[in-house]
Amino acid sequence: MIGLEHYLTVAAALFVIGIFGLFLNRKNVIILLMSIELMLLAVNINLVAFSSYLGDLVGQVFTLFVLTVAAAEAAIGLAILVCFFRNRGTIDVEDVNVMKG
Amino acid sequence: MIGADIQILMPEIVLAVYAMGALLAAVYTTKDGMAPLLTWATSGLFVLMAVWIGINGQGTNIAFGGMFVDDGFARFAKVVILLSAAAVLLMSESYMQRRGLLRFEYPILVALAVVGMMVMVSAGDLMALYMGLELQSLALYVVASLRRDSVKSTEAGLKYFVLGALSSGLLLYGASLTYGFAGTTLFAGIIEATADEPSLGLLFGLVFLIAGFAFKVSAAPFHMWTPDVYEGSPTPVTAFFATAPKVAAMALFARVVHDAFGGIVGDWQQIVAFLAVVSMFLGAIAAIGQKDIKRLMAYSSIAHMGFALMGLAAGTAFGVQAMLIYMAIYVTMNIGTFAFILSMERDGRPVTNIESLKMYSKRQPLRALAMLVLLFSLAGVPPMVGFFGKFYVLRAAYDGGLAWLAVAGVIASVIGAFYYLRIVYFMYFGEEGEALDGKINPVLWGFLMGSAAVMLIGVVNLFGIEPIAAAAAATLVN
Repeated sequence: MIGLEHYLTVAAALFVIGIFGLFLNRKNVIILLMSIELMLLAVNINLVAFSSYLGDLVGQVFTLFVLTVAAAEAAIGLAILVCFFRNRGTIDVEDVNVMKG
Repeated sequence: MIGADIQILMPEIVLAVYAMGALLAAVYTTKDGMAPLLTWATSGLFVLMAVWIGINGQGTNIAFGGMFVDDGFARFAKVVILLSAAAVLLMSESYMQRRGLLRFEYPILVALAVVGMMVMVSAGDLMALYMGLELQSLALYVVASLRRDSVKSTEAGLKYFVLGALSSGLLLYGASLTYGFAGTTLFAGIIEATADEPSLGLLFGLVFLIAGFAFKVSAAPFHMWTPDVYEGSPTPVTAFFATAPKVAAMALFARVVHDAFGGIVGDWQQIVAFLAVVSMFLGAIAAIGQKDIKRLMAYSSIAHMGFALMGLAAGTAFGVQAMLIYMAIYVTMNIGTFAFILSMERDGRPVTNIESLKMYSKRQPLRALAMLVLLFSLAGVPPMVGFFGKFYVLRAAYDGGLAWLAVAGVIASVIGAFYYLRIVYFMYFGEEGEALDGKINPVLWGFLMGSAAVMLIGVVNLFGIEPIAAAAAATLVN
């Protein structure tokens, strides 16, 4: 029987993979966007699992909001990335280094 | 029923409708030709809304089944947000106009960000919180990379976007855990769920939520985006980042820890105190070596957020009051300082190097004096208003039983005074360097002098902000 814990474990694993993807990735900014998406989807699994477990619809409503916002976020991220590529000619993470901080 | 709810949300709705109308109007007419008009209109509307909220607001109104709370605390934060955003828009106009940066999207995006901030400070539910936060963040990512043809500006936007999205993800994960273990997204329900021994899942949710907020207020150790974003963004945008979003994020932080987790003060107090002490010291020490005044202001804002968090860490109504007073003073100081930074140029090109200020006082004694007052105030030197802000948070921390935190705050503020005084040293002593242009836009001059005057005159009674902040804090903490 697959219970709540299994879903939470999968979500936690995906979330951690997303965070690691953000920090360990040295190659490509697109991978950063994918990692961010992975984190948000992990949250969605969490919300839907809780919603079904609690028998409460609020979690699924929340999921719909998160999905919409994630789409908007990806659009803006890609737009900024295109602008950056035009100026810099590369989207390697290592080249995002004009300012050191 | 729904009519009454909409009545409560009226200021937000008016601003949102205005932003959409302005967008349509600008696109269908002259596009960027409308930009100056839109900038003035938007800032006028902000002031109007601030007056409306300030005068009209009465009591605590709850809309949409507790999702949206309009209380004294939210109104205080909204007035500060609206006024500071209006001031920044006014200051931006001529600077951006001369550099061909004034696109019609700028005032509209700022208006949308302000709507997001207003929803944030009024949130009574995790969903409202998330939607407000994202509306604000998405608009801010775009304005950070407003100078599309500059590597620095787009890089700032990209960095802000990636780290901002990470922080939203952390916050959201916290929200999902909180929802699952409390069984509701309403703050009123969460506080009931934490009434008896809170479950481990709720505590995890709380920690993730706080990590997300710490990113948004740029508290160390989640501050890494701040210096780069401040340096890379166009200066008026930096001025905006340093003021309104900070107030909104801080107010949201206070709202969540008190409204949703007010029953377990002891659990979050230590995290907030840790964030406060790390931010204060990191801001004070890392700023010392900076040569760029925008980067320096970034570290300065990290340190100031540390102080504001100190008030929050006290976990009392007085602590929230101190935090509100501190944020109001911080915003006023920053508007004046950025008015000065916006006026720094040589042969019409913006200069942000601190060394360019050498012997500034000889050529512009009045402006140098105003900047001196502001810097002393930022450092917290006694006769200026900035000192009272620090005094309130220190007292709140001490009264809240965190004497060690107050002592750490005093030490950090002494270290931090060094780099503010270094700018004063450059302006008044040292050898003469290449001169900056003497011209200044009258609007910038007005904000610089006004803000400096506030720092001196405010000593009398802080313009009566104290009882207002006390009343606002009382509606949040009871």
